[in-house]
Amino acid sequence: MTRRATTESPFTRRVLIGTALAFLTLCLFLPLVLVFTYAFGEGVGAYLASFGDPDTRAAIRLTLLTAAIAVPANTLFGVAAAWGIAKFDFRGKSVLITLIDLPFAISPVIAGLVFVLLFGARGWFGPWLMEHDVRILFAVPGIVLATTFVTFPFVARELIPLMQAQGTEEEQSALTLGASGWQTFRRVTLPNIKWALVYGVILCNARAMGEFGAVSVVSGKIRGSTTTVPLHIEILFNDYQLTASFAVASLLAFLALVTLAVKSLVEGRTAEVGGAGGPREMEGGR
Amino acid sequence: MSIEVRNITKTFGTFRALDDVSLTVADGELVALLGPSGSGKTTLLRVIAGLEQPDPGSGAILFHDEDVADKHVSERRVGFVFQHYALFRHMTVFENVAFGLRVRPRSRRPPEAEIRRRVQELLELVQLEAFADRYPHQLSGGQRQRVALARALPVEPRVLLLDEPFGALDAKVRKELRAWLRRLHEEIRLTSVFVTHDQDEALEVADRVVITNGGRIEQVGTPDEVFHHPATEFVMDFLGDVNAFHGRVHAGTVQFDTLELPFPYSRQRIAGDARVFVRPYDVTIDTMAGDLPALEAQVTRVHSAGPIVRVELRTSAGQRLVSEISQERFRTMGLETGGRVYVRPRHIRVFADGD
Repeated sequence: MTRRATTESPFTRRVLIGTALAFLTLCLFLPLVLVFTYAFGEGVGAYLASFGDPDTRAAIRLTLLTAAIAVPANTLFGVAAAWGIAKFDFRGKSVLITLIDLPFAISPVIAGLVFVLLFGARGWFGPWLMEHDVRILFAVPGIVLATTFVTFPFVARELIPLMQAQGTEEEQSALTLGASGWQTFRRVTLPNIKWALVYGVILCNARAMGEFGAVSVVSGKIRGSTTTVPLHIEILFNDYQLTASFAVASLLAFLALVTLAVKSLVEGRTAEVGGAGGPREMEGGR
Repeated sequence: MSIEVRNITKTFGTFRALDDVSLTVADGELVALLGPSGSGKTTLLRVIAGLEQPDPGSGAILFHDEDVADKHVSERRVGFVFQHYALFRHMTVFENVAFGLRVRPRSRRPPEAEIRRRVQELLELVQLEAFADRYPHQLSGGQRQRVALARALPVEPRVLLLDEPFGALDAKVRKELRAWLRRLHEEIRLTSVFVTHDQDEALEVADRVVITNGGRIEQVGTPDEVFHHPATEFVMDFLGDVNAFHGRVHAGTVQFDTLELPFPYSRQRIAGDARVFVRPYDVTIDTMAGDLPALEAQVTRVHSAGPIVRVELRTSAGQRLVSEISQERFRTMGLETGGRVYVRPRHIRVFADGD
């Protein structure tokens, strides 16, 4: 058998694939296995007992609450922003696209510090907030705000390129057929972006539940009250409660696995649907 | 339902797409907007539909004497067919066609059985009843175009507007669909306007042709009128091949190349420099000089593969021109490249030399 000119020699191939595999094993697969090994190290009983701790339960509740607010909010913002950017032309559009990316570009710790500067005791709104007895920093609102900020781009980023590629003719068609703006959105726009939206939402959710840096700055780490799951894991770890720490960590690891599974499932769908609707659709008929 | 466009102007930034355009389309008429790209034809169609707003302060758009300029596109009841069909990709053919009925407010929405009946009827009209459960990406271009047409109809539009309806199809399908659209129009008699840049399409399908250029209307008329009596140089040039000469109009004659022909059309009030146009099929070729005035020319090239023969010539004054003659005539004359012949313009059109 002759080799094609563009194919590497079998030796080079083996070395390259081997290196990649070794790297993945060391940096991704092994840590994941270790998390579960440590979590179940003292038996299933000890693993389950870790979740009986009231502080742990509170941390899980807070994380769920935070995600339950941040994810729908960002879904709404994301759809609105992507819709505006993809379907309309206005001045300052490129500035808006850049702004949407801002949370990706800056370190989460900085994002957290910004909220301290805004709402802290010596911050811009601090004195006013104290006067009116509104607590944002070191309380749930601060955590929700920081999480929302950090996870802002996920949904919008997924939708903008897709909606731009799809154009506005289907929407215009719907309007000429007598559909209202809302009907057009619900019956035409939304079904066309459905899978990209699901994709964006699960990524947004994974990050919202796993966010550490920004939340750590604004939370104050009051046990049982302002610690989210990632913060709680760190606290347990620092207290040498290894089993409990890894048991809670196994939740996040499990969430990551579920996210990846859903993601690959949805990717299959978008390839199908997006492909059918995209430029390839035209092939048959031209 | 008649359409009347009165003094509409539309600018995009600094580009004037429509410049004080007025047009009337009679009830039940099929009108073609014909022009090169950027001539404003699609903009005019979109302004009629309400997909573009005319410039503030510019004229009115009337459907059957009712001013619709302030009405939103969803309230104008126009059927609009997009060049790239714009079918709803996640809906079956059936649901695409049913869409206009399903989005009606509950009070005006027909019952499900009625919707089914009407969609079925329209699918039969466009000969796609077998494809009701297919998705748009499973159809050919011609089929998609027919779905797009059927989708525009169940809401009983007052006018039908088609933007380059056959622009994205290959030549053979185009020709079939052209004839089909004409038959469909005879059947449903809906006031229709379609945009095209293909003069054959416009001349073959439309009752009247509107020729646009640079945001203005050059001429409106039946296909015969615009083809045989072009009002401007642009129309003459746009509707088919032409041979153009520089000439002079003087004392009842027109002179061009080495010819002087009588030119009694004093009503055109042309004097001085002029442009003289001759269609290739109006250029006759003879091997012998006759009694009638003719130009001496040399055959530079012959294309004989086709129903007619195109002969490229150069006159003794150096002007190039093209003649189209029948295969039969070509054979009896025995024309060859390099041969000397006498050419005579059978019919000329003269326009004042515009700047």
